[in-house]
Amino acid sequence: MWLIDSSIGRKLIMSITGVFLVLFLLFHSLMNIVVIISPEGYNMICEFLGANWYAMIATSILAAGFVIHILYALFLTFQNMRARGAVKYALKKNQKEVEWTSQNMFILGTIVFGFLVLHLYNFWFKMQFVELSGHGDVSKAADGAYWVSQLFSSWIYCVVYIVWLSALWLHLTHGVWSALQSLGLNNKTWLPRVKTISNIISTIVILMFMSIPIYYLLGFGSGI
Amino acid sequence: MEKNINVTLKIWRQVGPNEKGKFETYKLDNVSTDSSFLEMMDVLNERLISERKVPIAFDHDCREGICGMCSLYINGHPHGPDGEITTCQLHMRNFKDGQTIVIEPWRSAAFPIIRDLMVDRGAFDKIIQAGGYVSINTGGVPDANSIPIAKVDADEAMDAASCIGCGACAAACKNSSAMLFVAAKVSQLALLPQGKVEAAHRAKAMVAKMDELGFGNCTNTGACEAECPKNVSISHIARLNREFLSAKFKD
Repeated sequence: MWLIDSSIGRKLIMSITGVFLVLFLLFHSLMNIVVIISPEGYNMICEFLGANWYAMIATSILAAGFVIHILYALFLTFQNMRARGAVKYALKKNQKEVEWTSQNMFILGTIVFGFLVLHLYNFWFKMQFVELSGHGDVSKAADGAYWVSQLFSSWIYCVVYIVWLSALWLHLTHGVWSALQSLGLNNKTWLPRVKTISNIISTIVILMFMSIPIYYLLGFGSGI
Repeated sequence: MEKNINVTLKIWRQVGPNEKGKFETYKLDNVSTDSSFLEMMDVLNERLISERKVPIAFDHDCREGICGMCSLYINGHPHGPDGEITTCQLHMRNFKDGQTIVIEPWRSAAFPIIRDLMVDRGAFDKIIQAGGYVSINTGGVPDANSIPIAKVDADEAMDAASCIGCGACAAACKNSSAMLFVAAKVSQLALLPQGKVEAAHRAKAMVAKMDELGFGNCTNTGACEAECPKNVSISHIARLNREFLSAKFKD
């Protein structure tokens, strides 16, 4: 199967799952800022995306996207480390054109994944999981605004989330243009444009996400 | 202005492909800043020979930056710290008096060390043999302008063809990926009418050979382009991806 055997096939899987996850992040961040505008509206979305059949299908596809992206990352990184050979360079420097992020996608991805586990525990485990399993307080399962204000009432969590989102931002700035390059959607004229578009998309997504912990950190959310 | 400098050289010595290598330190005094890097290596080897020691093995041939034979990973950069040149075009004026210069061979599982700083780059020849040629009969020389080729395409093909196959891309890449080399060799033919006929087969065959030989996967770091002595652009890699993916989807 060329999607597993060939290097470009493997990169195709990485880029398609990557683009899919970026679209998810865009969707996720758009819904999140509703909690600032209207907590009631936000809870309606939480209700809508609870343990319903359509939300479950979407969650399963999303989880599959994450799993494939992470497994392929492990697989590719392992192969790439082996390709250098037994002896590594004693002294290795980069030209200034080489972005730091592009050399550290696996490390950034690992950081993002670590916080993702924490994030699932903070929200998913207390909301959709409670609805599914029936354990815990079902009455609060769709009260997203409550859990958000609960979590971000602690400044430590606000800072933790801001750090997490910064790592994700770095991951995306390389990831978005890199995905387009791997899909072959690039040329000499478009290379700087694709990089700029990639920076704009990742910055918009991350600013939308970050606005929430910052909003609570500045004390605007305490009244809810 | 010419002056003489004293340098300390840390050079990788390895007797054979399966032997264990290590760094040896050599002090070299009164090196003219006008001499080339390889001339400096020649001076060191002359001294080693006069001391009845084994000289350092390194690859070189034309010494004018077109054959792609010289290599050397100098102070953390393939072909040295200066940009857009090969090692043979590197001069000692790029180094300071008293500086330590670390010289290593290309390090890649696909480029086994033959001896000291010399590596076997036969892997690149095998990739070319897999499809980097035109095997259809294109007839004699066509009349001028009978097959119009857009200036943009001609330039792009020419830029790709400037690749000398030295292996700096794979040496510089943190994944030891040969994608820039393969992309250049696929692009120079895919852009022109004679090469287009076999473009799909070529992309598949060359990528398959590249993977088989143990080169890594491209992660678009751009280190290859930054270190390439001929400044071959990574936009060729996008073209290779495009050629390869559309060929696979057609199957």
